Amino acid sequence: MDKTKAHITISDLTMAYGDFVVMRDLNFTINRSDIFIIMGGSGCGKSTLMRHMVGLKSPAKGKVLYGDVSFWDADPEEKDHLKRRFGILYQSGALWSSMTLEENVALPLSQNTTLSENEIRAQVGLKLSLVGLSGFEGFYPSEISGGMRKRAGLARAMALDPEVLFFDEPSAGLDPLSAKRLDELILQLRDSLGATVVIVTHELASIFAIGSNSVFLDPETRTMLAAGDPNTLLRENHDPRIQTFLRRGETGETQVTDSKADAGHPKPDNFRT
Amino acid sequence: MDAAAIHLSRLPGEILAIQLTGKWQLGQKVPSADNVRDELRNRPTVKSIVFNTDALSFWDSSILTFLVEIMKLAVKEGISFEKDGLPSGVQQLIDLATAVPKKEDASKSVVHEPFFSKVGSETIHFINSAGELIAFIGETFVAFGRMINGKARFLTSDLWQLIQETGAQAVPIVSLISFLVGLILAFVGILQLGLFGAQVYVADLVSIAMVRQMGAIMTGIIMAGRTGAAYAAQLGTMQVNEEIDALETLAIPPMEFLVLPRMLALTLMMPFLAVYADLMGILGGALVAGLYNISLTVYLNRVIAALNLYHLFIGLFMSFVFGVLVSLSGCLRGMQCGRSASEVGDAATSAVVTGIVAIIVATAVITIICNILGI
Repeated sequence: MDKTKAHITISDLTMAYGDFVVMRDLNFTINRSDIFIIMGGSGCGKSTLMRHMVGLKSPAKGKVLYGDVSFWDADPEEKDHLKRRFGILYQSGALWSSMTLEENVALPLSQNTTLSENEIRAQVGLKLSLVGLSGFEGFYPSEISGGMRKRAGLARAMALDPEVLFFDEPSAGLDPLSAKRLDELILQLRDSLGATVVIVTHELASIFAIGSNSVFLDPETRTMLAAGDPNTLLRENHDPRIQTFLRRGETGETQVTDSKADAGHPKPDNFRT
Repeated sequence: MDAAAIHLSRLPGEILAIQLTGKWQLGQKVPSADNVRDELRNRPTVKSIVFNTDALSFWDSSILTFLVEIMKLAVKEGISFEKDGLPSGVQQLIDLATAVPKKEDASKSVVHEPFFSKVGSETIHFINSAGELIAFIGETFVAFGRMINGKARFLTSDLWQLIQETGAQAVPIVSLISFLVGLILAFVGILQLGLFGAQVYVADLVSIAMVRQMGAIMTGIIMAGRTGAAYAAQLGTMQVNEEIDALETLAIPPMEFLVLPRMLALTLMMPFLAVYADLMGILGGALVAGLYNISLTVYLNRVIAALNLYHLFIGLFMSFVFGVLVSLSGCLRGMQCGRSASEVGDAATSAVVTGIVAIIVATAVITIICNILGI
């Protein structure tokens, strides 16, 4: 029962920059251990939605609920408490450029826990080895490649053993193989840590491979069109805008079987083996 | 080399045939669509346009701009545009170029804003930015209060690093500038005082000017250009790179982690640098005095006689105020920075300008207050 308990609830959320409304009337639920995909075309406000969920931008209207706690109505202490349970991988990694990888991963631990220096060092070593970066402790972010920076960002996001992991365009700027390996890593981490994962992406391969739930944002109507398992959406939702997006512009019944076999739209089972 | 050319001819049935010949290449002279326009204007009965490219030896984008122009003309006049005679590559590119109609509302129109509306929006902007400044100062105070309570979260190693960068590493430039300022003051002074035979009082002039005002002001301006700009650029780049977001979402307040150590470092180092600048300035004055046959002993005796603790304290107080102002403007502009490379540049520029203006205004205010108090 606990598995399907609502973890994050977006209730009646309207996002705006000044007078400019980005998205209105968003309502959806993210369950515990979901891999939740926020998808939609470029510039539709996917990242903005994530910024609302992690406490970087306050909503024009509506609520973001973690369990029963409304994030934006909570007092600062409680907000900080909630924030410590997030892990966020930013689009570019957002590693602190003046610090080594070890210091980057260690900072959340030293600032938010009472662990001793040795314990922290052990944690940092573990987290870096989980993302395959053992031995790079002393490197600065500018000295490693973009893909490594992403993985180091993931190690930092996992530093506090978060309950919710947020990913902003995890596969952006990665080659297809690295992107796939990152997807696999996300799945493994979800399974072993039991964390809820929220991913902002428009990468179809990832959406179908790892997504267990999703919301589709439409820039034209400025609201969400559908929510649910992306594979179910592909089969059962007949909204042409969603179909066009999920099928990479190829609409029509005849192409259903074709596109499923297409490498760009692998079945989830292929990936999970 | 055969030059690009067009030949217009009429075919039966009100058809205009355009023969394209030669080598159409960007940068070379190619025919313009005006000829065709004139032709169409002279013979408004034309129903369709066809092309013949048998003698066309080479083409690139130049032929496309020409053809798209004619196509627009044809659409406007309701003439049919037959692409069949064109090379297939050209046909495909024309199709691509005309596939998506021009989005009329996408191009940014320049709206001419009336004068009063401009004044109004500038005023609102000014009030808003003043509000932001006050909020920032408030947040700084909160962060400072938390530091006094021992609750502020920053790395001591960061603070030492910043102290080194703002203090020790600024010594060479501060030495050079303040030595030269002392030298200039002495030159100007010694010539004027010489008219009254009071050359020896150049020591009074240089020492009081340096200790009371110039040492602090010159250090302030150097640090605005050096450290204020660096702060704004560092924080601005961190903003662009989402590094500040990353701090915030880890419940590490950037005001405490980034702004507080920067402000502390500069505010602590400024008085030290200012005193050092005073000494260098007085030394510069001594050099000039030496050139005019005033012995070092006499010069130093006059300096000691002229200076009192008020001068020193006023100078120190000013340098402390400048330290706050310069680091505040650097951090403020950095934290306000937008998310592009050019905005980092703007932030650095704005930090220096804000810092220098603040220094000059503060000097004026402090000088007036000292004058009223008679110190």
